[in-house]
Amino acid sequence: MKRSIAVFIVLLGFPLVMSAIDNLFYVSFASRVIIYAIAATSLNLVLGYGGMISFGHAAFVGAGAYAASICIAEGVASAWLGWPAAIAASALAAWLIGAVSLRTRGVYFIMITLAFAQMAFYLVNSMKAYGGDEGLTLPQRAELGLGLDLGNEVVFYYVALLFLALSLYGLHRVMQSRFGRVVIAIRENEARAEAIGLPVYRYQLACFVIAGAVAGLAGALLASHGKYVNPNVLHWVQSGTLMIMVILGGVGQLWGGAIGAFVLLGLEHVISDYPIPWLAAVAPNYQQHASLGVGLVMLAIVLFAPHGVAGLLSRRRGA
Amino acid sequence: MRGRICSVALSLALASGVQAADKVKVGFISTLSGPSAALGVDIRDGFQLAVKMNGGKLGALPAEVLVGDDQFKPDVGRQIAEKYVRLDKVDFLTGFVFSNIMLAAVPVAFEARIIYVSPNAAPSPLAGRQCNPYFFVASWPNDAYHEAAGQHATNKGYKNAYLIAPNYQAGKDSLAGFKRYYKGNVAAEVYTQLGQLDYSAELAQLRAARPDALYIFLPGGMGINFIKQFVAAGLSTDIPLIVPGFGSDQDIIRPVGEAMLGLFDTAHWAIDFDNAANRRFVAAFEKEYKRLPSVFAAQGWDTAMLIDSGVRGVKGKIEDVEALRKALKAAKFESVRGSFKFNRNQFPIQNYYLRVVGKDSQGRLVNKTIGTVFKDHGDAYVQDCPMK
Amino acid sequence: MSWILILEQTLNGLQFGLMLFLLAAGLTLVFGIMDMINLAHGSLYMLGAFIASTLVQATGSFVAGVLLAIPATAMLGMVLEISVLRTLYARDHLSQVLATFALILIINELTRLAWGSDAALPMPQALSGPVELLPGLRYPAYRLVIIAVGVLVALLLFVLVTKTRVGMRVRAGASNREMALAMGVDIKTLFTLVFGVGAGLCAVAGAMLAPLFAVQVGMGENILILAFVVIVIGGIGSIRGALVGAVLVGIVDTIGRAFLPILFGIFFQPRVASAAGPAIASVMIYLLMAVVLFLRPRGLFPARG
Repeated sequence: MKRSIAVFIVLLGFPLVMSAIDNLFYVSFASRVIIYAIAATSLNLVLGYGGMISFGHAAFVGAGAYAASICIAEGVASAWLGWPAAIAASALAAWLIGAVSLRTRGVYFIMITLAFAQMAFYLVNSMKAYGGDEGLTLPQRAELGLGLDLGNEVVFYYVALLFLALSLYGLHRVMQSRFGRVVIAIRENEARAEAIGLPVYRYQLACFVIAGAVAGLAGALLASHGKYVNPNVLHWVQSGTLMIMVILGGVGQLWGGAIGAFVLLGLEHVISDYPIPWLAAVAPNYQQHASLGVGLVMLAIVLFAPHGVAGLLSRRRGA
Repeated sequence: MRGRICSVALSLALASGVQAADKVKVGFISTLSGPSAALGVDIRDGFQLAVKMNGGKLGALPAEVLVGDDQFKPDVGRQIAEKYVRLDKVDFLTGFVFSNIMLAAVPVAFEARIIYVSPNAAPSPLAGRQCNPYFFVASWPNDAYHEAAGQHATNKGYKNAYLIAPNYQAGKDSLAGFKRYYKGNVAAEVYTQLGQLDYSAELAQLRAARPDALYIFLPGGMGINFIKQFVAAGLSTDIPLIVPGFGSDQDIIRPVGEAMLGLFDTAHWAIDFDNAANRRFVAAFEKEYKRLPSVFAAQGWDTAMLIDSGVRGVKGKIEDVEALRKALKAAKFESVRGSFKFNRNQFPIQNYYLRVVGKDSQGRLVNKTIGTVFKDHGDAYVQDCPMK
Repeated sequence: MSWILILEQTLNGLQFGLMLFLLAAGLTLVFGIMDMINLAHGSLYMLGAFIASTLVQATGSFVAGVLLAIPATAMLGMVLEISVLRTLYARDHLSQVLATFALILIINELTRLAWGSDAALPMPQALSGPVELLPGLRYPAYRLVIIAVGVLVALLLFVLVTKTRVGMRVRAGASNREMALAMGVDIKTLFTLVFGVGAGLCAVAGAMLAPLFAVQVGMGENILILAFVVIVIGGIGSIRGALVGAVLVGIVDTIGRAFLPILFGIFFQPRVASAAGPAIASVMIYLLMAVVLFLRPRGLFPARG
């Protein structure tokens, strides 16, 4: 807990430092990392704690992103309407997809979540009124009122940070509660949980819907941040990217999603934008092949450090 | 060194808001990978060659060109644009091949009052109601080649034309443009997926429809695959094919080959244009890159020359964006297409020609000019543009 | 709506389905015997296409290039299996998914480093024209060849799996791995072999489809999903299921893509119809999968039990 607070203090100070040197690009970049951290944290609930390998999580982020974008595109700029709409849309999607998918097990579950995600992708792609595969450019970010202008990068950053804090705190409380312990019990041994009489399906579905709702919020923030949304947000490769973040950071660890998002996005940016002279001399175009490094790191983690970065950190402190 | 001037600006601490006008920074983002990469590569090569022939300068200031690959993805293009505009603080943005990617990315430039000079994409919304003072077109309005093709089809007396284009803004513009000047009947108007590579289903439909002409707008890899499959299905002997100029230029001639002979197309430029600027361009391009330039390369070259004339016009004071705009609008440069002037929506007014794919004196496949379809042709949307 | 149109579209669907079968066959055996989800299967398809393009250029002959690409890709597949994938059999599905996803990224980038983002594999001149099947139907010769190759490979596989000892062991392993092990089948070597064959099949599909489509990095991801849908429909571990599933998916997808826009075009504008048509057609495949799973939760021809 103390460590978490320390991290937040640093995060709070970050944009002020950046403003001082007039570099708002990195504040904007940091906001994007935070948004992905929220999305990855929501996946962590389903995947890390719940043990459900859902390849369709990008569909919930996308549902939220599109719901929020459509609101703004149609003139409803208020975040107080748009963002709850996004959360509702993604929670509904999660409920529908979860209700069907959770009746299957194993690889069939993975396949069905994948299939649903692709269906959502193709459906959104066909919505020519909202851009189709060109995507939808928004005239503005959502409006929060209260004298806060989300168009200001620093303000947006703090709002996103607030939501990240709420998500992490929420996850922490959920996992400490009885609900959380049941979810973990189901992950550990589903047959036993069932035998004890726990309504496995209902708990898994609830988990799915909560995760979907938070993912939808991340989607709404993403749409406002970039003022742009396109169907690629829903593609199964995006789900894969979120999974990479979760495993990189630490499956089933509270900060797993956030750390994973930070490491992955940070790594990609650093590799492609800051050339390392000796490496460039050996392999001139290495910067365009950042995914190779990401892939290798990820493979290494799966094979040798299954608990991710967060796992390594907590093990080092002898925890 | 294949003419790649590629360097990345670092220095977090040195990034500042005020641009010192001791050099010109250009952010060049295009499709440099994937089946349609040849287009972006040609534009880039034409652009960089022009800068090189200028001694690495644009308008007497040293030029720094940052090159990015949008991978044919709008969100990637937009992210790179954000980086170039906000982090690297470029003075000009340019490069996009495809309208959908460009439309996702240019708002970033417009918001920051950075000028975008388009070497290719010029969709109708930006010609009309949404015309923008920071948007300049060095190529042609999206509809133009299609309008010329439609006029050609009318001139040839075709009665039953079948139309195919991909389902995005430029695709929609293309067929609308064709129909604006084509007076015959439209047998069918088919929209395919952007990036689609397998046209077996569409070709079967085409066979069943029996039109007397086929007009397709399928740029890049899409066109290559379609024409190959069209020929393989035996339809090329039954149905005359008309394409817009970029559907039959060097990037498609190279992979498809002799099957292209006799194909008619319309464009604003051809390799055999006899003016000093073009002769210089074609010779230099062939020498540097060991291949013939396509219309895309010509556009890349003209874009660089236009920017050069703009910077020259403000005598290097590019921080004065309004003066820079005026200088660009004056378009005082030698274009490879002959004369060049801007309409009040900052889209060009120029001639369009009929070309046919034939062999040059060395037996190579090229597009030869055989006639003029339009003289001093503008675009159909300028009346909706509020700019003066 | 002429019969010629329907026939042509059916041939298109058959062609597509048979190529899907080549991918699905390898995938279903890998999954069936070793219970491993291998997302990198699509990458083998991509590698097959790239290797074939190089070999065709080197040998100057389309046939030689494609034939040589098969063992080359098979060997690469086996190396991959021995070095990396073996360690994953004992792990849970999530680890397999993530590790093979990582492999996709790695193989994509290594391919880009070795070949660039794309390669060209031109259609052999002799096959680039049409064949008159019926008066009024001139079908591309090359696509007919693809159908022929697909059918041939299917027959070969069938003979291999049902009529040989190796095939018998493969079927035993797919049906009940523990029992097969107990009966003395050397599962490890058998599996490396199966993986190699699967990779070879991917190479056939990749090389054959390359002249029609673009050979580019990332081409594996799109077709991978379809292959998974096919094996789920067909039943995991069953080659027969893979064939039936693949042809079904191929035809549903092609017929859907071809005729739904026409159907929609009656009611909507061309641009809407052209977007909705292919979208619904793509969704139809997943709906088909959902329906099959609902009626037969283990697929049409499950290998187990």
